[in-house]
Amino acid sequence: MVIDTRTCIGCGDCVVACKTENNVPEGLNRDWVVEATRGTYPDLKTEFRSERCNHCSNPTCVTLCPTGASHLWKDTNIVLVEPEKCTGCKACIAACPYDARLVMHPDGYIDKCTFCHHRVEQGLDPACVSTCPTGCMHFGSLDDPHSKVSQLLKTRDHKVLKPETGNEPNVYYLT
Amino acid sequence: MTEELFVTARSNELIDPGLHIWTWEVAMYLFMGGLTAGAMIFAALAIARDKVQVAPFAATRLALFAPVLLSIGMTTLFLDLEHKLFVYRFYTAFTITSPMSWGAWILIVVYPISVLQILSTIRAGYPALASMVDKLAIGRMAVDWCERNRMQIALSVIPFAVALGIYTGILLSAFGARPFWNSGVLGILFLVSGMSTAAAMVVLVARQHAEKALFTRIDLVLILAEIGLVALMLISLASGSGQHINALQSVMGGPYTLEFWLFFVCIGLLIPLVIETLEISGLNKSLVMLAPVLVIIGGYALRQVVLDAGQESTWTHYETQYSSELLERLHEEDP
Repeated sequence: MVIDTRTCIGCGDCVVACKTENNVPEGLNRDWVVEATRGTYPDLKTEFRSERCNHCSNPTCVTLCPTGASHLWKDTNIVLVEPEKCTGCKACIAACPYDARLVMHPDGYIDKCTFCHHRVEQGLDPACVSTCPTGCMHFGSLDDPHSKVSQLLKTRDHKVLKPETGNEPNVYYLT
Repeated sequence: MTEELFVTARSNELIDPGLHIWTWEVAMYLFMGGLTAGAMIFAALAIARDKVQVAPFAATRLALFAPVLLSIGMTTLFLDLEHKLFVYRFYTAFTITSPMSWGAWILIVVYPISVLQILSTIRAGYPALASMVDKLAIGRMAVDWCERNRMQIALSVIPFAVALGIYTGILLSAFGARPFWNSGVLGILFLVSGMSTAAAMVVLVARQHAEKALFTRIDLVLILAEIGLVALMLISLASGSGQHINALQSVMGGPYTLEFWLFFVCIGLLIPLVIETLEISGLNKSLVMLAPVLVIIGGYALRQVVLDAGQESTWTHYETQYSSELLERLHEEDP
């Protein structure tokens, strides 16, 4: 996923779209928007970031899950949780350096961003991406050098959050 | 100046403002796991080193404490699970990269080994209980077999008990996302602390003066080792990356300073060290029963403070709500 921080206005539509699409339980969220302000007044710079699970290539939530409930979906880097295997031990919450593994479903299992894999399977974008009114969010395969996301990363300055965690996050922010 | 603030609510009490997923149930389990490991190790060593005369409680009675203590810990651990009906899922998988998975399987092995250890000394330690077991032919045969193989059982207990004691620390240190835990010393620290609390328990419960004196000396050595390990852990955090240094702040002036230095270091280590030293040197014996109580309190405090401070240590920090202080901070120069 690639998100253009220069186009994002922090409206929060991605958050609402996710809640609606995935029936996220009341009071909980799988994604959120952060406003980062840098500099010293009056020379300030603000960046909006729509954040969620980074679907890391080296997902510590998967390696530390004792039951295999946390897993990678069909050889992709999409990290999912199988409720029938989840004991609710919360190890994956502690294992995520981004604190993104956070929704405890009221039924007791861990719930999280799925990159809307049920939509991806049908060739659709995740709900947050398809709803974004400014079109700042892009979804696709980085293995395909011709995909929109690959092209954006080739042509624009970008970053990931805290690359020093070693988790190799896959949500990129254009700067 | 950098500040990162939520625009939309993340609203999860487990994460914001600080990660807080595990409470006393897990701390109690970590404590009981260590205590059980220590009890099994001392019971095995008393047999393996032929100390039945000088340490009759450790050699013949201590082993029975292990499954009881471990069961208390596992009960509190079960209370912590949010999806309790699926607890059996720990045993439909083995994840080699997950210390928690290793722990689940270690626990499964520890119980039967503990039963063998109990049976091998039950006639000497608990005659009334042994007579009940002996009433059944299969029970009698099992006790006979265990008594014949007492030494082999004792020797095979040690690696599994050590694994149990150490894994509770490795369980936490494997979380790279939690800098306070992310130290290789933690496994050994929890093992030594578990052995120290078990030695303290023997001092409290054993009847013979010679045995109490022996375990007081053992405990003194373990406390000294623990002090060294804690120092190493703090040094390793202090000399680590920014995340590690921030994590260390939580016990160096931060919210867990009192808990760490008063309950764990002073009450759990330094005061017992002084009392036990006075006792061994014969200067003061009036506080002889206080030291082991403090050691046990300190052992629990270690688990609780490490659990709490570790959870909150993090790579990411977001402000959860606007405040006038945030505006003030925007006037500050970058350091």
